[in-house]
Amino acid sequence: MSALLSIQNMTHYFGGLKAVSEFSFDVPEGVIYGLIGPNGSGKTTCFNLITGIYTPTQGKILFQGEEIQGHKPFRIVHKGIARTFQNLRIFNNLSVIDNIRVARHFTTTSGVFSTFLRLPSFKQEEEKVREEAMDLIRLMNLHSRATEMAKNLPYGELRRLEIARALATKPKLILLDEPAAGMNPKETEDLMRLIQRVRDEFKVTIFLIEHHMKFVTGICEKVKVIDFGTTIAEGRPEDVVKEPKVLEAYLGRKAVVC
Amino acid sequence: MDKLKSMKLLMAGLIFYVVVQVLSAVGVLNGYFMVIINRSLIGVMFAVSLNLINGITGQFSLGHMGFAAVGAYTSGSITTLIFKLSPRHPEDAVVFVVAIIAGGIAAAVAGFLIGFPSLRLKGDYLAIVTLGFGEIIRTILNNIAWVGGPRGLLGIPKFSTFTVIFVFTMATIILIRNLVQSSIGRSMLSIRENELASELVGVDTTKYKVLGFVVGAFFAGMGGGLLAHLLQIAHPTQYGFYASALILIMVYVGGIGSLTGSIIAAFSLTFLTEGLRVGIDWLRDTAGVPIGTEWTMVIYALLLILIMLFKTEGLLGMREASILIIKEKQG
Repeated sequence: MSALLSIQNMTHYFGGLKAVSEFSFDVPEGVIYGLIGPNGSGKTTCFNLITGIYTPTQGKILFQGEEIQGHKPFRIVHKGIARTFQNLRIFNNLSVIDNIRVARHFTTTSGVFSTFLRLPSFKQEEEKVREEAMDLIRLMNLHSRATEMAKNLPYGELRRLEIARALATKPKLILLDEPAAGMNPKETEDLMRLIQRVRDEFKVTIFLIEHHMKFVTGICEKVKVIDFGTTIAEGRPEDVVKEPKVLEAYLGRKAVVC
Repeated sequence: MDKLKSMKLLMAGLIFYVVVQVLSAVGVLNGYFMVIINRSLIGVMFAVSLNLINGITGQFSLGHMGFAAVGAYTSGSITTLIFKLSPRHPEDAVVFVVAIIAGGIAAAVAGFLIGFPSLRLKGDYLAIVTLGFGEIIRTILNNIAWVGGPRGLLGIPKFSTFTVIFVFTMATIILIRNLVQSSIGRSMLSIRENELASELVGVDTTKYKVLGFVVGAFFAGMGGGLLAHLLQIAHPTQYGFYASALILIMVYVGGIGSLTGSIIAAFSLTFLTEGLRVGIDWLRDTAGVPIGTEWTMVIYALLLILIMLFKTEGLLGMREASILIIKEKQG
């Protein structure tokens, strides 16, 4: 199977600090891939590098065989990589449907003049965007909230909204940055099912960062454990969690008891 | 439904127009009031267009009247020149409208140029750049002899009637409303809400920030042109920092991001300034209270402070009057 995303010798420094050190790995198409590691191990930096927020100091990032390192973030989105954030970044003062519609914008072609005059072609396009957004809203079980201001939504729904917004860009790869953070066991359980459903229905590849071990072992087909910017284990989750190096560096004694 | 709603806005505008015309014809509204109404309408153009930059796109411009100056001087130069060369009258309206739009385009070009710093600057830093831009425009105009220098551009034909100003103001409101409530507008709003998230759902944030400046400047430029053809003079001091600050106040008092708020604030603050002056004159001359005209600005400022204290988000916050909202299908 060819890799959808291929990271080759990616290294990134913040000043003198080596945040990510010679990372190389492939995310195959269609899998749910997990990246785990203790706090400060470089997980989010890795996402920021892939999505173009930072440019890697060295190394290559290949998406569908094309080098994308150094491209502007919005161009990387256009190529088919979407993401969510560890600390939600929702457009608070926009309605739920507008949050999602923003993510469909780059597919529209209406210019300023047809927008000013609300020409028929413009209206047709807007209606299409609205319908697509409503489909996602229904899928995420947010339809009763469509016109509500996003800031009025409870946390769990905001998490779903952010995933819906990422999906609205019609990505091939979604990066989820700690999707289960702050969720209770029931919500986490639902989220796991939702992520699997999204993968199957939208045929997207999912690449996630998570602390929650149950979550990772529950849905990831492949995981990579990193610490201080270097890989310490890789493979199937159930094997990886047994590796002494992982237990020592990441899980610690207490987690073993759990 | 969509048609009906946009008709409602037009109807409301038309009712306003007819009422003012009738009141003016029967003499209730004298020339003095008409000047205030005309200035309020131009104020609406300035405030709504600045709201697109500051309120919708979330940038911070302190030099909005710089764009108005570009529009005023461009259109003023065109009309004065043409009427010096050929003082004929049948083509008046055409020449005038073309000149106003040319003023808007010139301002839009200026908006494009000033928009570029916004690629890299944010918040306070951008505010300083735009402040500088406004002052540069003012200083340049002060020093160009053929547009009058510090004397100002004089002898501009009087073209801006209530009807003309009304039509341009309505067009400004409707077009900016249409822009805000569209895919493009939502992209601009998303920049205000969270620039990084906006970029990461595929919005070319740089492009839309510049677009905000260009469109805002275009309408401000036309407003400036109308003002010049109302007052028959364009003077550098009319477009300085103080004037820009007044427009900024309108936007904040009305509610950042609310077009309705900008419209209401442009009218109320223009009338308030005049009302305070009249009121203080009355207090001094009729009631015998020893108070000078300089107190108008003190009271004006106090009222603004009170509004901001009790209505921090402005009079309307981010709300919009229903006639300004384009109705959409549900479900």
